[in-house]
Amino acid sequence: MKSRASFPRVLGRILTYVLAILIALWILAPIYLIGVSAFGEKLSAYTYPRPFWPAPFTIETMSFFLKSGGVIKSVQSSVIVAMITLVLSTLIGAPAGYTIARFIFSGRDAFRLIVVSTRSFPIVILSIPLAVTFIEWGMYDSVYSLALMHTALALPFTILITSSVFASIPRDLEEAAQTLGCSQLEAFLRISLPLALPGLAAATLFTFVLSWNEVFAAVILTVRNRTLPALVLTVLSESQLPYRFAGGFFMMVPSLIFMLFIRRYLLNLWGRVTK
Amino acid sequence: MNARRLKQLTPYLLLLPSIIFLFIFFAFPMVNAFTLAFQSDAGEWTLEHFSTMVNDVAFAQAFRTTLLLLVIIIPVQFALALIMALLIQSKLKFSGLFLYIYSIPLGISELAAGIVWFAIFTERGYLNTVLTGLGILEKPFIFLSYQNTGWLLFAVVVAEVWRATSIVMVILVAGLQSIPSEFLEAADVFGATLWQKVWQVILPMLKPSLQVALILRTILAFQVFAVAMAVAGRGVTLLAAEAYRWYGTYRNPHVAAAYAVLILTLSIVSTALYVWGLRTPEEQTL
Amino acid sequence: MAEIKIINVQKQFGKVVANRDINLTIHDREFMVLLGPSGCGKTTLLRGIAGLDPVDSGSIYIGDTDVTDLPPRKRRIAMVFQSYAVFPHLTIFENIAFGLRMQRVADQDVGKRVEAAAELLQINDLLKRYPAQVSGGQRQRVAVARALAVESEVLLMDEPLSNLDALLRLEMRAELKRLLKEVKSTVVYVTHDQIEALSLGDRIAVMKNGSILQCDTPLRVYDHPANEFIGSFIGNPPMNFLQGAVEVSGSKVNVLAGGASIQPPTSVEGILKQKISSGVRLGIRAENIEVVSNAQKDAMTGKVLVVEPLGSHNMLTVMVGDQRVKVNAHADSVFQPDQTIWLRPAPEKIRWLDVESGVALAE
Repeated sequence: MKSRASFPRVLGRILTYVLAILIALWILAPIYLIGVSAFGEKLSAYTYPRPFWPAPFTIETMSFFLKSGGVIKSVQSSVIVAMITLVLSTLIGAPAGYTIARFIFSGRDAFRLIVVSTRSFPIVILSIPLAVTFIEWGMYDSVYSLALMHTALALPFTILITSSVFASIPRDLEEAAQTLGCSQLEAFLRISLPLALPGLAAATLFTFVLSWNEVFAAVILTVRNRTLPALVLTVLSESQLPYRFAGGFFMMVPSLIFMLFIRRYLLNLWGRVTK
Repeated sequence: MNARRLKQLTPYLLLLPSIIFLFIFFAFPMVNAFTLAFQSDAGEWTLEHFSTMVNDVAFAQAFRTTLLLLVIIIPVQFALALIMALLIQSKLKFSGLFLYIYSIPLGISELAAGIVWFAIFTERGYLNTVLTGLGILEKPFIFLSYQNTGWLLFAVVVAEVWRATSIVMVILVAGLQSIPSEFLEAADVFGATLWQKVWQVILPMLKPSLQVALILRTILAFQVFAVAMAVAGRGVTLLAAEAYRWYGTYRNPHVAAAYAVLILTLSIVSTALYVWGLRTPEEQTL
Repeated sequence: MAEIKIINVQKQFGKVVANRDINLTIHDREFMVLLGPSGCGKTTLLRGIAGLDPVDSGSIYIGDTDVTDLPPRKRRIAMVFQSYAVFPHLTIFENIAFGLRMQRVADQDVGKRVEAAAELLQINDLLKRYPAQVSGGQRQRVAVARALAVESEVLLMDEPLSNLDALLRLEMRAELKRLLKEVKSTVVYVTHDQIEALSLGDRIAVMKNGSILQCDTPLRVYDHPANEFIGSFIGNPPMNFLQGAVEVSGSKVNVLAGGASIQPPTSVEGILKQKISSGVRLGIRAENIEVVSNAQKDAMTGKVLVVEPLGSHNMLTVMVGDQRVKVNAHADSVFQPDQTIWLRPAPEKIRWLDVESGVALAE
């Protein structure tokens, strides 16, 4: 039976779309506006009323920002820190994620609980004592030390994402491979790993962005080897408007790209309330 | 016999690196934070750093503002996130696209979000352009003035709602998806309105998700500082910002650690309150 | 030679004993069915044989090899999983070839043997596709072909038909029976479906609570269940159980049940004489009860409760005293609810059980 579209029904539907689009605009508009500021002429940052499209479109502002003192170096530091974080947290976290997904052992729930609670641990309480410790150990103001800190912050997420990725691959598949002549390791390498690859890629992307965005630990643990957000934060109050706009946009770019790739895993990442 | 033994040990071997890492970078610093906060340089137990913290002029303001932001932002965020989540779940066309758009802020850093909203609220910014363009204002209004704490706070609230609602939405969408559609269909069959469905069916069943989201948001809210710095400079100070200032500017890790301990305590207390306040009675679980 | 010997096997998950001191010998090329309700330990036992869950104690031999501590790949087995476990990222050809590749079989032989296995299961047209592109029933065939392709000595099957719909299951059951007659493997087949067990197995091991209660040919298990549980678990409808009183007059033994005086076969008279005080439990299958239209000495009196026409016959639920009895009546028979009828059990088909334990009395 085809339901007849009554007037209130259609109206409700339209209103739902209007609301959905309005909220989408509320999220997109600010991103668009910072983009306009970042790709306008450098002096247009001071024009008023503000233009709503970049006319003319130019990379003048962006290149001004990138050529400003220390920016390129800080971008390099950011990328190095994020890459190390990505590799370390995957190497350390993925086996743990796999273990939670595949093995039944005593202490499993306790470990899970620890991981879930460290996911939202205040960075403040970790960064300050670590800074003191790093100074004592001569590891202060180093991108490697910061990468270790970021790995610790990312680790709970890596473990949770990878465990949900591996949990979504039926263990039967690995067992079937074992009955067909694979060792446990071979079964993992030939079956689970290829199937998990997209999910693992999402996990590493997430880690990258987490490190790229992190500012509190970065600003506490570094002095001369600032990452990009740490640098921008410390010079913010003395910086010119074009610098701020271009910097704000530049810092946002990786997140925009990464959300595209990770969106399939979003719900697993934050959603799993119960096992 | 050895093979069996090894098989039993495998999970622990695989967990070991994570456990060691978490221990070094979570347990160890946490203990250090307490010794930093409660010990003098000479290594004696003292509350001196806490009294320094409390007696600092900025403390009361930072404490008040942090809590105030929390109290304002969280209800707004949860209402908005619930609407967003219900929209995503209402079988719209392109709901995948909407979910993508709604979750974009999840990847945007505090600092970048702060700068974005600074560009909007600043004197020669987009908000003034729109308001004067529409004739609502005659000349640009200085929202972000240190004399104007109300507007400063407002700008920070808007920026935080914009940035950090996504995470709540994602948790709620996941929670909604775990509610079997039969429950809502049953409510439909018995003639429930949308409003009744939200209050009688959806919210009670979302309780675990809401609890997780509340805990997460509250803990994260105690750590906020870069948004406020980017939007309001020193005009709005928060607990985390004070911790940063005491460490970075005054070079006093003890008072900074005292702030850290305070933030941790607030996080734990609020978590406990949420767990207790939103507990599901045993007999209502299925 | 691939005789499987299971000796004193014990397996526990936490506090739950899944396999309790199991002893079972499965002969070379035998088709052994492990049958039981869910949670009885049948899948655990199968996985123990496969080496997927190592047993806690006891030992397992395949042929002359003690495989107890060997990993699955060294046990010369193949297995079909309930979920099929067909690898989604490999083509159907590569799925079937997987085991051969692991054995480093030469390429042209792999091709031949995959073709042959696919031929057996009539899936040769699908070899280039991916599992997601074929139906559930076809995936199931891939899983079977993959297990057959390695030509292992032992073939393990874990409820392979349970995910198919009813019609497909019936078809596949017959086909499996045909296939496995040709294959020279020893087969261990786990199922909770008693009809599958009866139709496929050379022998059936009935399990409950981690133990094997009876292991015998399908006919023996059906006709001579070792206890009340097996009688009610196997057969549709389940075996009827009635309370009977033992009456001895001189050398003659009679059992009174539901108003009938039944004369037991002489072989059980001796044991029944010891049950005068406790009475005895009678197990009678629905098809072994004859409905008669008037009162007779050896017929029980009952009142019809429900009549269910099933096409091939009518199934009656009859109240005999306060006990319900299922009876198969002829399809043409006409009975009404509340009608009084008389039921005559065939004495030689009655199973005599102990009242307390439900265990069959030795004959």
